[in-house]
Amino acid sequence: MAESILEIKDLKIQFQNGKHIVQPIREVSFQIKAGQTVGIVGESGSGKSVTSLAVMGLLPDRISSIPSGEILFDGKELTKLKEKEWRKIRGNEISMIFQEPMTSLNPVFTIGQQLSEPLKRHRQLSNKEQKAAIIKVLKQVGIPRPEQIIHEYPHQLSGGMRQRVMISMALLCEPKLMIADEPTTALDVTIQAQILSLLKKITSKKDRSLMLITHDLGVVAEMCDWVVVMYAGVIVESAEVNELFDRPLHPYTRGLIQSLPSNNERKSKLYAIQGQVPKPEQVKQGCIFANRCPLAMEKCFQESPPAFQEDGHLSKCWLQSSDEGVVR
Amino acid sequence: MAEDYLVKVQNLKKYYEVSKGMFKQKTIIRAVDDVSFSIKRGETYALVGESGCGKSTTGKTILGLTDATAGEIYFQGKDITKISYSDMRKLRKDFQMIFQDPYASLNPKKTVREILMEPLRIHKKFEGKEREKKIHEILEIVGLSKSHLHRYPHEFSGGQRQRIGIARAVILQPDFIIADEPVSALDVSVQSQVINLMLDLQKEFGLTYLFISHDLSVIEHMTDRVAVMYLGKIVEVAETEELFENPKHPYTQALISAVPVAHPREERKRIILKGDVPSPANPPKGCPFHTRCPFAMDICSEKAPEEVFFTDGHKATCHLYTNSKEEIKDVIRNS
Repeated sequence: MAESILEIKDLKIQFQNGKHIVQPIREVSFQIKAGQTVGIVGESGSGKSVTSLAVMGLLPDRISSIPSGEILFDGKELTKLKEKEWRKIRGNEISMIFQEPMTSLNPVFTIGQQLSEPLKRHRQLSNKEQKAAIIKVLKQVGIPRPEQIIHEYPHQLSGGMRQRVMISMALLCEPKLMIADEPTTALDVTIQAQILSLLKKITSKKDRSLMLITHDLGVVAEMCDWVVVMYAGVIVESAEVNELFDRPLHPYTRGLIQSLPSNNERKSKLYAIQGQVPKPEQVKQGCIFANRCPLAMEKCFQESPPAFQEDGHLSKCWLQSSDEGVVR
Repeated sequence: MAEDYLVKVQNLKKYYEVSKGMFKQKTIIRAVDDVSFSIKRGETYALVGESGCGKSTTGKTILGLTDATAGEIYFQGKDITKISYSDMRKLRKDFQMIFQDPYASLNPKKTVREILMEPLRIHKKFEGKEREKKIHEILEIVGLSKSHLHRYPHEFSGGQRQRIGIARAVILQPDFIIADEPVSALDVSVQSQVINLMLDLQKEFGLTYLFISHDLSVIEHMTDRVAVMYLGKIVEVAETEELFENPKHPYTQALISAVPVAHPREERKRIILKGDVPSPANPPKGCPFHTRCPFAMDICSEKAPEEVFFTDGHKATCHLYTNSKEEIKDVIRNS
């Protein structure tokens, strides 16, 4: 069994909102093994981005807190690190690819200046070596004429090219773990196909692990080895990717898969999950999905279900404890 | 023949001039370049393409939200590019628009009641009490209730806001609705609710949709005919099923193959296009797609291709099919 590079145990995250405390992450545990690509799927408001920010140590200091839980990266506990220690890890051992390549690159610096930043911080290289390293990594992500591109500004590049620059920046220091937060959502389908195949190529090499955050089950089916489904701050299901698509156990996952237009007959009514994702402050007791669940029982509204596990396939649903859990 | 069509667009052009400075020549951006198509009554016609291909501009120009540079747009047999402003205003109640971003398209200072009342007031439809009744009816139809009447847009979620946007478009009982990416800002589970609503409304009111989107799986699900746009031009038109089974233009083939798979075990032969969409300010000579086309020939960079017709109104603009058709099929198969 491969060693796990990232392990999150019972993580809870709270935000101070005025006088109220909201808890967008109720309880999250999962692990990423070395070389694995793990997909985190969920709708907006499910807490997937907040989880990734916690792993990067980017939660806003003043208003957020982690009341309990641990994040183990390569055996090191991250939740208690000081800012100084974080800086050694960020961009060096864990790096992040953001959703919006338009806003996450600095418009007043050239591509070359921005790409040299992580190298200056984490590596002692001469200017020449830096330039060589940057050009090498730009070539790796398929940017044409990198020698000229490093003197250009972000606005001179197209969306797909900017995303490639973001990926090259994440790759620069050869991190053990990369986090990609909706890396292709802002891009067109043909460019999305380019970027996904690039990410696949990158993760197939060496022991690179990728945590891929997305709302698109199609992207998950393409890219991931393991899938974690999040809903309202809780992991409701987690399984190997083929297993998840063949035998989804949680009604929410089943709903997500069924509501894809390609899984419905043309022109027919699409399968739809009724209602909306509850806001963090709305959920009081019972299973968080109970109010939208077509199979909800009385028990669901009273007690929140534990994680049922079978051959590594985890599902948080009371159906698993009864005979009705058998998937039809 | 002509009466079958509710909307007919002929040689529509929309150019934008961009000033580059006092002494420099203005560049002309051909956002929509010589587009013709017609939409039958009661059908859902899709415009699909990547960002910057001119699909939204086409929609806006049909509605008269921007003026066309050249070309004709016939709505119920009348050319609406030539009629006066006040006539156009009267006609507006017959065609409406659903916008992409439900956060930006509703006035934050107005309650739901005011938002829905506005079109009725402007077009002087119904009298006092009846207007209220109409608003209640329409709210019910789109799945909201009376209790929402006096709330402001910020109190609603994205899906609910899109329902309000749809209610606003449908309340005048138009014949024709242009929906510009109506579901792309929504989550998957909410997206299917809104698509269902649009399908229901179409059945109930006999609506004709122009559905503008980049999401091919949604288009495959809910439209009747599709026009594929690239750099301001329509490159292929076909009935939806035909287009997805038998795409002719290399760009359409690439688009369809780029859609992510629905199951991890599904294998798909993928055509990955190189590079980006060229700038519409300086489109490539000849066929606009030849810079990215995997099958580009010499002629493609010299001469713009003409439309080639296949069965059942399926047409594509590509040199691959202009010469001897048999030969070319082998090219595609062997590659």
